Amino acid sequence: MSAVTTPARQATGGVNIKTINRIVIYGLLALFALFYLMPLFVMLVTSFKTMDEIQNGNMLALPKAPTFDPWLKAWGETCVGLTCAGIKGYFWNSIKMVVPAVLISTMLGALNGYVLTKWRFRGATLVFGLMLFACFIPFQSVLLPMATILGSVGRFGVTLQNSIGTNFGLGNSTVNLVFVHVVYGIGFTTLFFRNYYEAFPTELVKAAQVDGASFFQIFRRIMLPNSMPIFVVTVIYQFTNIWNDFLFASAYAGTGDAMPMTVALNNVVNTSTGVVEYNVNMAAAMIAALPTLLVYVLAGRYFVRGLMAGAVKG
Amino acid sequence: MSTVATSQIKLTPEHARPRASVRSRLQDALPKIVLAPSFAITIVFVYGFILWTIYLSFTNSKTFPSYVITGWRAYQRLWGWTFDTDPPSSWYTSITNMGIFGFLYILICLALGLFLAILLDQKIRGEGMLRPIYLYPMALSFIVTGVAWKWFLDPGLGLEQTLHQWGWTSFHFDWIKNKDFVIYTVVIAGVWQASGFIMAMFLAGLRGIDGEIMKAAQIDGATTFQLYRRIVIPLLRPIFLSAFIVLAHLAIKSYDLVVALTSGGPGGSAWLPSNFMYEYTFKRNEMAVGSASAVIMLMTIVAIIVPYLYSELREKPR
Repeated sequence: MSAVTTPARQATGGVNIKTINRIVIYGLLALFALFYLMPLFVMLVTSFKTMDEIQNGNMLALPKAPTFDPWLKAWGETCVGLTCAGIKGYFWNSIKMVVPAVLISTMLGALNGYVLTKWRFRGATLVFGLMLFACFIPFQSVLLPMATILGSVGRFGVTLQNSIGTNFGLGNSTVNLVFVHVVYGIGFTTLFFRNYYEAFPTELVKAAQVDGASFFQIFRRIMLPNSMPIFVVTVIYQFTNIWNDFLFASAYAGTGDAMPMTVALNNVVNTSTGVVEYNVNMAAAMIAALPTLLVYVLAGRYFVRGLMAGAVKG
Repeated sequence: MSTVATSQIKLTPEHARPRASVRSRLQDALPKIVLAPSFAITIVFVYGFILWTIYLSFTNSKTFPSYVITGWRAYQRLWGWTFDTDPPSSWYTSITNMGIFGFLYILICLALGLFLAILLDQKIRGEGMLRPIYLYPMALSFIVTGVAWKWFLDPGLGLEQTLHQWGWTSFHFDWIKNKDFVIYTVVIAGVWQASGFIMAMFLAGLRGIDGEIMKAAQIDGATTFQLYRRIVIPLLRPIFLSAFIVLAHLAIKSYDLVVALTSGGPGGSAWLPSNFMYEYTFKRNEMAVGSASAVIMLMTIVAIIVPYLYSELREKPR
C-alpha cells in the first residue's frame, strides 16, 4: 500500500519543490552573470560619458549623451608619461611584438612536438620534462639575468651601429621582447603539440617512412595538414598570453617608445599630472582589452581548450 | 633467426652503399638537430638563468651585479624581516599577503567554480550563453582587470558612491584605500578573473562522469545533496588537484594585478613577494635581496609543481 502512495505523494509535492528549485538555480546563475558582467559594463558605459556626467551621475547609469570623444582621445591624444600622442603607437608596438613571437613559438612548438612523439629517442621524456617545467617557473627567477644579457646585447648593438652602420635589431626593445616571449613560450607550445601528436597514428608516419619520405616531408605533408585545431588553440593561447604580459614588458621595455600596450595603459591610468580623465582611462582599457576579447568571442571554444591543455596534461 | 635478420638489413639500400652513410646518419640525427635549439634555449635561459639568480643571491649586489660571494647575507636579512612586525617590514607584508591572498583566492575560486559548475549542470536553458559570460574575464589582461576594478571599488566614484545615490548613505566600502584591507580587493578581482575558468574545468569533469553511476545512486534513493557529496565530488578529485595547481601557480606569479589595481597599496601594503622582488631588484638597488626573494618564490613553486609533473609524466610509461 505504502509503496503505491509514496511515489504519488512525492509527485504532487515534488512539482512545487522542483519549480522553486529551478527558480533558485536560475536566479543564482543570473546573479553571478551580473557579477561577471558588471566591471565590463561599467567600463564600457564610463568610456562613453563626459567627465561632467561621471562626477555627478551614477556609475551604472547609461550615458545620457553618448560621446565617442574619450575613445578618440585615448587613441590619439592622451598622455603616456610625458608624450601626449595617445596609445595608438603602443597598440602597434604590441602587434609588432605579438605577431612574430606567436608565429615563431608556435612553429618551434610544432616541430618539437613532432620530434618528441614520432622520433622518440632515449631521454626524450627527460627533455620534455625539463621543457615542461620551464612553463611553470616564476619569471622573477630569470628576470634579472635576462635584463643583464639584453643590456650587453644592446651595448653590442650600439657598437655595431657605430662601426658598420647597422645593429641587426640587436638592442631593439621589440626584438628583445619577441625573443623573450619565444624563449619562455616554447615550453607551452611544445606541450600542446606533443599532447596532440601523441594521439596521432604513428602507423601513418611509419608508412610514409617506408615509402621513403624524409623527416620534413612527413612533417609538411602528413602532420601539418592534420594539425589545424591545435594550431588554432596554440596561436590563441600564445596571442592572449603575450598580448596580456606585463612583467617582461615593464622590465625590458618599461620606458620609451617601444612600450607595449599593457605598460602604456598602466602609465595612462597612473599618471598623476592634471585632472584624471576616467572616461579616457576606461576607453584606453577597452582598447587594450579588445583584441583578446575579440579572439575570445570569435574562437571561445579554442581559447578554453588551450587553457585546459595548459592546465591538465592531456 | 638472427642470421636472417642480419641479411635483411644488409639488403636495404642505405647500408648497401657506404657513400650514403654520412647522409643517412645525418637523417638519423635530424630530429635531434631540430629539437636541439629549443632545448639549448631552455637549458641556458631557464636553468642557467636560475643558477645565475641563485648565485647573485649569495653576493652583495646592489645596483649592479657583483660576483663576489658573500654568503647567506641576503637570506639572513629576509629571515630577519620575516619577524619584523612592528612596523611590518615589506617582506613581512609580502609573505603575509601571499598567505591571505593565496588561501582565499584558491579556496573561493574552487568553491565558486564547483558551485557554478554544479548549477550549470542542471540541464540549464541558456547554458551556451552563460558559460562564456562566466569565462570571459580570463581573456583579459590583469592590467585591464585591475583598471576596471580600481574604478569599480573607488569609494568616491564606484560602488560606494552608487549605493549612496540609491539611498543607502551609511554604506561604507573603502578597502582599496585601507592598508589593512587592500589585499582583499586583490582577492576579489583575482577571483572574478579566474573562477569562471575553474568552473569550466569542473564542468568538463562533471560531463565526464558516467551517467549510469548517477542513475544507480538515484534509484537507491540518494538525495541530490548526497549524490553530489558522496559520489560526484569524490569523482572530481583529479580536477580538484589540477585546479589547485593552476590556482597556486597563478597566485604565486601574481604581480600585474597588484600593480594595476592598487599601485602597491598605501605604503606597499598590497605587495606580494613578486612585487617585493621587482621593487627591491629594480627600484631599491638591493639586487641580492631581490634575487633571494626570487629564489624563495621559485622554491615554493618547485615544491608544488615538481611532484605533480613527476606523477603526471610517470603515469604513462612507454
